[in-house]
Amino acid sequence: MSQFVINLLFVGGSFALYIGIAIWARAGSTSEFYAAGRGVHPVTNGMATAADWMSAASFISMAGLIAFTGYDNSTFLMGWTGGYVLLALLLAPYLRKFGKFTVSEFIGDRFYSSTARMVAVVCLIVASVTYVIGQMTGVGVAFGRFLEVSNTTGLLIGAAVVFAYAVFGGMKGVTYTQVAQYVVLILAYTIPAIFISLQLTGNPIPALGLFGDHVASGEPLLTKLDQIVSELGFNEYTTHHSDTLNMVLFTLSLMIGTAGLPHVIMRFFTVPKVADARWSAGWALVFIALLYLTAPAVGAMARLNITDMMWPNGTDGAAVSVEQIETEPRYDWMATWQKTGLLGWEDKNGDGLIQYYNDKNADMQAKAEANGWAGNELTNFNRDILVLANPEIANLPSWVIGLVAAGGLAAALSTAAGLLLAISSAVSHDLIKGQLNPNISEKGELLSARIAMAVAIVVATYLGLNPPGFAAQTVALAFGLAAASIFPALMMGIFSTKINNHGAVAGMLAGLTVTLLYIFLHKGWFFIPGTNSFTDADPLLGTIQSTSFGAIGAAINFAVAYLVAGMTKETPQEIKDLVESVRVPRGAAAAQADH
Amino acid sequence: MSERSDKAYWAANMRLIKISLVIWALVSFGFGILLRPLLSGISVGGTDLGFWFAQQGSILTFLVLIFFYAWRMNKLDREHGVDEL
Repeated sequence: MSQFVINLLFVGGSFALYIGIAIWARAGSTSEFYAAGRGVHPVTNGMATAADWMSAASFISMAGLIAFTGYDNSTFLMGWTGGYVLLALLLAPYLRKFGKFTVSEFIGDRFYSSTARMVAVVCLIVASVTYVIGQMTGVGVAFGRFLEVSNTTGLLIGAAVVFAYAVFGGMKGVTYTQVAQYVVLILAYTIPAIFISLQLTGNPIPALGLFGDHVASGEPLLTKLDQIVSELGFNEYTTHHSDTLNMVLFTLSLMIGTAGLPHVIMRFFTVPKVADARWSAGWALVFIALLYLTAPAVGAMARLNITDMMWPNGTDGAAVSVEQIETEPRYDWMATWQKTGLLGWEDKNGDGLIQYYNDKNADMQAKAEANGWAGNELTNFNRDILVLANPEIANLPSWVIGLVAAGGLAAALSTAAGLLLAISSAVSHDLIKGQLNPNISEKGELLSARIAMAVAIVVATYLGLNPPGFAAQTVALAFGLAAASIFPALMMGIFSTKINNHGAVAGMLAGLTVTLLYIFLHKGWFFIPGTNSFTDADPLLGTIQSTSFGAIGAAINFAVAYLVAGMTKETPQEIKDLVESVRVPRGAAAAQADH
Repeated sequence: MSERSDKAYWAANMRLIKISLVIWALVSFGFGILLRPLLSGISVGGTDLGFWFAQQGSILTFLVLIFFYAWRMNKLDREHGVDEL
């Protein structure tokens, strides 16, 4: 059976499963559509949250980012998990107690202001739409590679599948589909990692193998890796090279952004009790940690494997020859990926060998001159292909490759569906029911939620087909916006009775505008290339890159809110009572009945 | 439930949150980044303890923190009579 047929079986089979679940768990009421009838078990909810949260960025990109940078990119590992501590301690239980359907509804009620609610809706839609575009692009790329169709066709198939199960199933369908997607994606991520860890370290648990001994050399794996990458002139894998302040702020921005992203917060509305919301955050992190503890091992081991492949006789011996790459079966993956344009090599000095080294390092330039090398000949290695190509690099059976294809798609599709739900509930519940037509029937609200979702899919597909120059920037923008606008408003709403309507609105607007401004100054106005005044290599403020600015935006939000609240009319007593009631779990069931 | 009991409950919660967040920051920003040079003498599997905290230790600590907080708070809810019936 050819690899293509195997991929088709895995991807097709997993999709049939998701759609089957969506039909089985169809939403009949608004409560089921927005919050799955609040009947989801905390462990189930944790698993669905994990699938919802782990997107194409976690599954496809992260290990590659760590592999080629090493320690400095640990920021992603700490940032994307540390946010769950903030969620569990500062937001989830209180928002569940409040017992409404959307994040903006809480902001609107707590700050007794429909302006605050609408500002929150805007922040939420901007953050979610930008994030969903990235997912749709990822879906297109993964389909294109594995189903051997064009990027455009791949994206359209993906959009149709998301449409089918998100629109009909609502939160109830999405929750149960995401449980299935989690199982697919975690198997797809860990099975190849276990094989590779066994090959390199003899330890079946990749997270332990990372700190274990390299079987071939008998040295610790990381010592071996440090040694061979530095022999090729690259930065040592385990040492700290980037700017410390920027590293701290970037990690903090990812943490706060995680806790402020509406599609994640929404998940905690689906559990039956406040106590369950606390457990559920823990379970979500358990399921996320299974992937996040494996990712650094995948990165380090892949880097070692790739370096070994390019220098089969050791870094002092002869490099791999062009003939070997073209004829030996273990180099087949290079030809496959070369076709996608994401991997490339060129025998610049015509010696029939491909020398892979850091040609920007002065010592290596001297060595290259002595040996007659004409620069690094592995000219292109896109970091995003690392996880997808990993099973082929390690020469694993073809069913593993099919499984990884299904896993990458599950990661992208589950996040896209969660984001679309957040967008549709903001439009139908906050904008239409809350603002334009409060007397809308439940049926009408459900219909408008589905229409909003369909419109969002069309917009995201269109932008995914014609990306206005974004990729990783969009993800950074989504996190920055969520960190600077939504998280501070929610936290102040729960922990301070002093913050009033004016304070909250001013704070959100200030955080949002300053963060957007900083991003546009570095990435170009509305991401149009060439319109930027600064670059992340030489940022406006010291060493603070635009991707790290969310934390500062959040600080501005807090400061402005306190300042404005101090100068305006005090919070009324009934709102203070509302805050007091949100702080204690008892009575959550009652709050849920009056929606 | 009396107002006094609610105040005591909230104070206990705030104390727990503060302690948890100090640990949260210590393992990630502290051991993982800023204090890593201080921990460089302790070696773990071919590298130092700071690297382990940055790539695994902080995530494991976060897990323990969330479950400890959930367990402790659910107990506090009952002690102060504010749990859901």
